[in-house]
Amino acid sequence: MTWGDQALFIQRTPCCAEVPAWWVQLHAFSVQGLFGKNSEQLTNSSSGLELEGSVRGRRVESPTALSTLDSITLMYPFFYRPMFEVIEDGWHSFLPEQEFELYSSTISEWRLSYVNKEFSVCPSYPPAVIVPKAIDDDALRKVATFRHGGRFPVLSYYHKKNGMVIMRSGQPLTGTNGRRCKEDEKLINATLRAGKRGYIIDTRPLNIAQQARAKGGGFEQEAHYPQWRRIHKSIDRYHILQESLIKLVESCNDQTQNMDRWLSKLEASNWLTHIKEILTTACLAAQCLDREGASILIHGTEGTDSTLQVTSLAQIILEPRSRTIRGFEALIEREWLQAGHPFQQRCAQSAYCNSKQKWESPVFLLFLDCVWQILRQFPCSFEFNENFLIMLFEHAYASQFGTFLGNNESERCKLKLQQKTMSLWSWVNRPSELSKFTNPLFEANNLVIWPSVAPQSLQLWEGIFLRWNRSSKYLDEAYEEMVNIIEYNKELQAKVNLLRRQLAELETEDGVQESP
Amino acid sequence: MEHIRTTKVEQVKLLDRFSTSNKSLTGTLYLTATHLLFIDAHQKETWILHHHIASVEKLALTTSGCPLVIQCKNFRTVHFIVPRERDCHDIYNSLLQLSKQAKYEDLYAFSYNPKQNDAERLRGWELIDLAEEYKRMGVPNSNWQLSDANREYKICETYPRELYVPRIASKPIIVGSSKFRSKGRFPVLSYYHQSKEAAICRCSQPLSGFSARCLEDEHLLQAISKANPANRYMYVMDTRPRLNAMANRAAGKGYENEDNYSNIRFQFVGIENIHVMRSSLQKLLEVNGTKGLSVNDFYSGLESSGWLRHIKAVMDAAIFLAKAIAAESASVLVHCSDGWDRTSQVCSLGSLLLDPYYRTIRGFMVLIEKDWISFGHKFSERCGHLDGDPKEVSPVFTQFLECVWHLTEQFPQAFEFNEAFLLQIHEHIHSCQFGNFIGNCQKEREELKLKEKTYSLWPFLLDDQKKYLNPLYSSQSQKSAVLEPNTVSFNFKFWRNMYHQFDRTLHPRQSVFNIIMNMNEQNKQLEKDIKDLESITAVSGDRPGGQAESTLTTLGQSDATRPTSC
Repeated sequence: MTWGDQALFIQRTPCCAEVPAWWVQLHAFSVQGLFGKNSEQLTNSSSGLELEGSVRGRRVESPTALSTLDSITLMYPFFYRPMFEVIEDGWHSFLPEQEFELYSSTISEWRLSYVNKEFSVCPSYPPAVIVPKAIDDDALRKVATFRHGGRFPVLSYYHKKNGMVIMRSGQPLTGTNGRRCKEDEKLINATLRAGKRGYIIDTRPLNIAQQARAKGGGFEQEAHYPQWRRIHKSIDRYHILQESLIKLVESCNDQTQNMDRWLSKLEASNWLTHIKEILTTACLAAQCLDREGASILIHGTEGTDSTLQVTSLAQIILEPRSRTIRGFEALIEREWLQAGHPFQQRCAQSAYCNSKQKWESPVFLLFLDCVWQILRQFPCSFEFNENFLIMLFEHAYASQFGTFLGNNESERCKLKLQQKTMSLWSWVNRPSELSKFTNPLFEANNLVIWPSVAPQSLQLWEGIFLRWNRSSKYLDEAYEEMVNIIEYNKELQAKVNLLRRQLAELETEDGVQESP
Repeated sequence: MEHIRTTKVEQVKLLDRFSTSNKSLTGTLYLTATHLLFIDAHQKETWILHHHIASVEKLALTTSGCPLVIQCKNFRTVHFIVPRERDCHDIYNSLLQLSKQAKYEDLYAFSYNPKQNDAERLRGWELIDLAEEYKRMGVPNSNWQLSDANREYKICETYPRELYVPRIASKPIIVGSSKFRSKGRFPVLSYYHQSKEAAICRCSQPLSGFSARCLEDEHLLQAISKANPANRYMYVMDTRPRLNAMANRAAGKGYENEDNYSNIRFQFVGIENIHVMRSSLQKLLEVNGTKGLSVNDFYSGLESSGWLRHIKAVMDAAIFLAKAIAAESASVLVHCSDGWDRTSQVCSLGSLLLDPYYRTIRGFMVLIEKDWISFGHKFSERCGHLDGDPKEVSPVFTQFLECVWHLTEQFPQAFEFNEAFLLQIHEHIHSCQFGNFIGNCQKEREELKLKEKTYSLWPFLLDDQKKYLNPLYSSQSQKSAVLEPNTVSFNFKFWRNMYHQFDRTLHPRQSVFNIIMNMNEQNKQLEKDIKDLESITAVSGDRPGGQAESTLTTLGQSDATRPTSC
């Protein structure tokens, strides 16, 4: 793509047109592009939409293109001018300092460290991270050399109920000769209370973790971490998940297949197996924390994919705040964006790849799907509805906002996204948008919510996978009717209360009149 | 009861079927003449009707006691551990006896007494009146009339006494045709579509063999097509797979030869027979019952059981039928082998797609009375009410209910009733608590004097109507009268609330449906409160006095509380 093309794109962008109408078009394209029916449809779409497609294409041209930040600055968010009034700048909505502030009254053993201020200790971490107070920055630098990608253990979640924590990191670089790092041991032991044990959840099966030693990686040896019990789970990664998505979408798009073929393809896609694995591991983590009263450390290899799925889902299960709109946004900001999930690499093309993209993987979509599964099982415990999750899915793959650009904070900083693009949260958190994403059934539930992970309880996320394959007219109408009933209920309640008050007033007046 | 040796066993454990940590509840097991009852330490009661028991199994002795596994026809599975083997053996033997009765008279319905007097009971039986229903459809009319040919069950024992046939079909034609049809089940009217003037007719397979013909039968079919002024072509749907129908020819049965019948279009739709359906369900239940089931095993089990494929086949057939009537105004004659299983499924579902009345609570009862009970679906044999031939048992009616459930999923506002209604009906086809589903045909039911000796289920369901109402039902959506469901495979889902209805841990912990249902109820109460309050405010505004105050307190009590979410 040349600058000429880009100029054409800018020209055609209806920057003075009404945003909503245009917005719908973008979405129609982007999601058709993701999970749509077929490519013929795309070629039939209007030129403006094709251009958007080509811009998206640029995002993934080649791994080299990916790494050059210049190409990203040609992407749409850099040219998008919002047509709405910004009430609150989303770039400042979830600063690490504010998040830490929320905890600070309860957690005296932890501190905010700026050891990574220049992104020099860990390129995929944000400048500010929460670490045990007892460990100084020098020690952190040493630990960073012992962990994959410099990802030393940091606080992910603090369970107020019992003071236990979830930490996450990259794999320890033990290698074949069983290298150890005293500071690392000291760091994670600093999170244990006297006499207490902790759990290390490795998201890889034991044999994979063992193989990793040959490449310099590995796992924590019992001998060096005697107070920790290691549990291996098996959450798949990268191309395995990507292939799963491709198979699933292919199958959902085939309207002609008979029942046996559909069921066997659904099975062969393994999508729901991945969902079950991830949810099971998240439940395990939550259980260790809440039921066993133990702190945990979670990592896989890099600690940027399955690790984040588990830490964030465990919080959905444990922490009522993460089930609110604001809290969920904070969770995504903290556990995905700042934690360095490489969105740019993972969410380039979704289910339709011409060539096998090495880094493409629906890690974030699987997370959203897991949230949806829990939402279905606890439909009143979430402040947001399914549309909110679908919206996040769409923006993670194609967006006019800068939020999901780049692979980590360091890249976002260099791209000057805060100055040059609009944050998704600036748009979402306006009352007019929020109303679309609010769950009318929400009633704050302060309990831990344990989902069922039995195959009979898990379902295909129709709102995502069947969205373009069948009409949802009747389901939408039914949803509207449900909202009407709830609205009407509120109206009636208010009216009854008003009448009661009026009556009570009348009676006190009567009383006043009668008493003398 | 002579079969009961032990009536009470203490310290019995009830295991959670799916818990991998072998969670259990300890309590006391009681055996009564009609039920098995388990009361756990929290005083929670689990009642199991003996008639619901499909199988009892005594497993090998373990250190904690003797395991007893009971599988029920309503898909409840309970796993007890009885401390002493002797007790376990006694209960096992008693249940074996009690769950399989030899005589109709020993069924629960004959002893069940809901404390109604005779007049009430009779009114209950008269609640659903099929003559009324045919009138509602618009028959008799100039083309269709009531035939008295089977008034004494002389032509066909398994048909009802009152049958509607084309006006031009004379008695000799009817008699002749019935001799050419398996079990004498000649073509009769099942549903008449008033505005299209088209009819759904049903019968059994013709005794055609390889070449036999019957002029009367050909005349009767012609009469049916002539009774439809809108379209002289009629469809003949053989709901069996082609191969099965061809195989039947060797036994002197078979299907209509298009050359012999004028103006018919013959069509196979390929629904499998009762034996295939029985083993399909069995496989499904085996898969579901597995502890620690993996996603892949679940889906491959679901696939290999074929269950959803069969459900889709029934649905596709019903859609074919509804389309023929709605789009082409063509009459349709439906049959299978004997015309009481697949034919009932297809005729009733087809009518349900066409006519919004059948999607109401009362209409659905009428539909079941008409196409299932009166036309001789063999409920007692298919549900295994008595200790009979296990090869006659088949979940044909369960499949019908499941198809309806799939429709309620696709059209959430089209049905007046909810899922609980379907589950309750399913419960009672096996419970033998009411007389409706006892026996295999009307003649048999009359001989059993069910209307005198037992109660009808329908008035009890109507009394409880509130529980079965769909809060999202909109009679306006009935204007789009004909339902056109999408039968692409991905629309068919496993019906968890049926096959796991008693496995609480598998279900969502909060039910949107219940909340909306309660809210709807609450709204009605609030509307009433507002009316009352408004009238009081008006009164007390005019006339001060202590009376208003007392009314206020009572209203405060009636204030419906906000529905809880769990």
